[in-house]
Amino acid sequence: MQKSATLSFEKADLLKLYQDMLLMRRFEERASQLYGMGLIGGFCHLYIGQEAVVTGIQAVQESQDTVITAYRDHAHMLACGMDPRGVMAELTGRIGGYSKGKGGSMHMFSREKNFYGGHGIVGAQVPIGTGMALAHKYKKDNGVCLTYFGDGAANQGQVYESFNMAKLWGLPVLYIIENNGYSMGTAVNRHSCTENFYMRGEGFGIPGKLVNGMDVLAVREAAAEALDYVRANQAPMILEVETYRYRGHSMSDPAKYRTKEEVDDYKTNRDPILKFKGALMNEYNFTEDDFKPAEDFVKQEIKETIEFAQSSPEPDASELYTDVYVEEGAQ
Amino acid sequence: MKTLTVREALREAMLEEMHRDQNVILLGEEVAEYNGAYKVSQGLLDEFGAERVIDTPITEMGFAGLGVGAAFNGLKPIVEFMTFNFSMQAIDQIVNSAAKTLYMAGGQMGCPMVFRGPNGAAARVAAQHSQCYASWYAHCPGLKVVAPYSAADAKGLLKAAIRDPNPVVFLENEIMYGASFELPDDKDFVLPIGKAHIEREGKDVTITAFSICVRHALEAAEMLAKEGIEAEVINLRSLRPFDADTVLASVRKTNRIVSVEEGWPFAGIGAEIAAQVNEKAFDFLDAPVTRVTGEDVPMPYAANLETLYLPSAEKVYKAAKAVCYK
Ligand SMILES: Cc1ncc(C[n+]2csc(CCOP(=O)(O)OP(=O)(O)O)c2C)c(N)n1
Ligand SMILES: [Mg+2]
Repeated sequence: MQKSATLSFEKADLLKLYQDMLLMRRFEERASQLYGMGLIGGFCHLYIGQEAVVTGIQAVQESQDTVITAYRDHAHMLACGMDPRGVMAELTGRIGGYSKGKGGSMHMFSREKNFYGGHGIVGAQVPIGTGMALAHKYKKDNGVCLTYFGDGAANQGQVYESFNMAKLWGLPVLYIIENNGYSMGTAVNRHSCTENFYMRGEGFGIPGKLVNGMDVLAVREAAAEALDYVRANQAPMILEVETYRYRGHSMSDPAKYRTKEEVDDYKTNRDPILKFKGALMNEYNFTEDDFKPAEDFVKQEIKETIEFAQSSPEPDASELYTDVYVEEGAQ
Repeated sequence: MKTLTVREALREAMLEEMHRDQNVILLGEEVAEYNGAYKVSQGLLDEFGAERVIDTPITEMGFAGLGVGAAFNGLKPIVEFMTFNFSMQAIDQIVNSAAKTLYMAGGQMGCPMVFRGPNGAAARVAAQHSQCYASWYAHCPGLKVVAPYSAADAKGLLKAAIRDPNPVVFLENEIMYGASFELPDDKDFVLPIGKAHIEREGKDVTITAFSICVRHALEAAEMLAKEGIEAEVINLRSLRPFDADTVLASVRKTNRIVSVEEGWPFAGIGAEIAAQVNEKAFDFLDAPVTRVTGEDVPMPYAANLETLYLPSAEKVYKAAKAVCYK
């Protein structure tokens, strides 16, 4: 695990990273079960395997920063401090969900937690995140927009339109490319002419950095540096995070385009949670007992989440017609 | 006759047409090695190789425009959108480049190609992945717009679309992919674009529908028949050109019409039908032209709200009864 001179290595902080990743893992496992039971429908994209990415990055974001991502978004919401109950209840399409059950897995938002979605159209969040950064700059709130997208999304034209504007106008946006090796069933080398996504800003004068996304401390370190750069220079930067998703693209993908050996190698040798736990024990003198509070917390939190997501009622029929426009006098 | 699913019928249409014409190519996301996100292009990569069956990056504006250029230069591309929702990324190339070139070039050159993929709602995929583009594309002169219901429609119309010298928007439906139908066992089975099909004859009320809504219309007709109301169900098949003759002839017989579609009501296909019936068969109407549509809101995710949003046999049945004053 990567060490850092500047970041905190207090036991409590390290344990929190572990707890956050564990919560994401368990949340997604239970979402998968609820999907199998028919309680969640449609598209559902799990983040299992990628937990260290958003955990490491969100650990160093500041409270005024904003976050936007695509449809593989459950863990990003948890990392933003959104209540797992409300996230899961959105997955089950209930009124207690963050979007009252109207958005579902791919479309969820929390103004309060500065989470701006949850977007279903590949690449569309990139110019939006760039516009959020424009507003940060305009308001002089010292905020950065953390704009997440995948390796597949990195080929959409609007990504490069965004890069140009962000650099041209000096916008505080951190582009985070979660490179999990696949765009649905297409491996990176089959969809991209060059595979170094962190270098894709070169023609625009945007610096980039590559980081191991299976190592939460390395991610945290790189994110801290990147956010400092963006904030201090009021200029965009690209962080490419190499990671891996264990499950299929969505619940309906049997993922036959990759070998079992490849998946098993990640699961046994590079798992971000297992590796981190091992490092905490070997390098930071944690004992099994030290993990207990985090593990108990996650267990209880997940239990309550599942209960809430199943007991929260469906939205009232009248909700079909609300929120299409801002109600008169509401704002 | 033989029995095929809609999925197999679409695949067979592409297979036969690609054998027939070396210039037909297929491109889109996951069409080759994955055999199509919905398995419509199953086996086509093995059959025709990577030169003719091409996996694209996620770059709809790019590959739709590239398809247009390839069509300008002599090929007949079939561009698959994983779903039509993503065609919105590419709509400028479809409308500005594909649809208008023949006219802008004074007839010298056009754009013989097909844009195809699932359109409308699938199950529970919510607002950004559930939208009917029929009226969007049917609005545009220069495009032909087709929406099959059965396997026979799918095969006959897709073959016609590939052979057509104009750009054709071919609107499939994910939920219908697995449905089986009988169709003629004939390599030259082609259906004409621009002709509607009367699925069921009746004298009391006309019901027009396309794509999956034909199913709702036929179910509603069964329910109505039990009450002695004979509905005539017209499967529109083609939205542009629009077979007004068939629809108007039916209305002149039944004096009542209900239009069914999944899209939003405002400026939808039903609105166009209402206008045409009003202009050309006003004197024959015994009741207002009535529309059953998707609700005028984005598609909700929640199961109960989704059901309320969508047209259904029940909704069609009620609308037909209302225009019959029963
Ligand atoms: C514009 C658009 N085209 C296609 C799709 C269908 N689609 C959804 S996710 C996806 C793959 C995206 O891969 P990547 O950006 O690498 O993200 P990952 O799923 O790996 O997290 C595709 C093709 C879509 N949602 N939007
Ligand atoms: Mg990816």
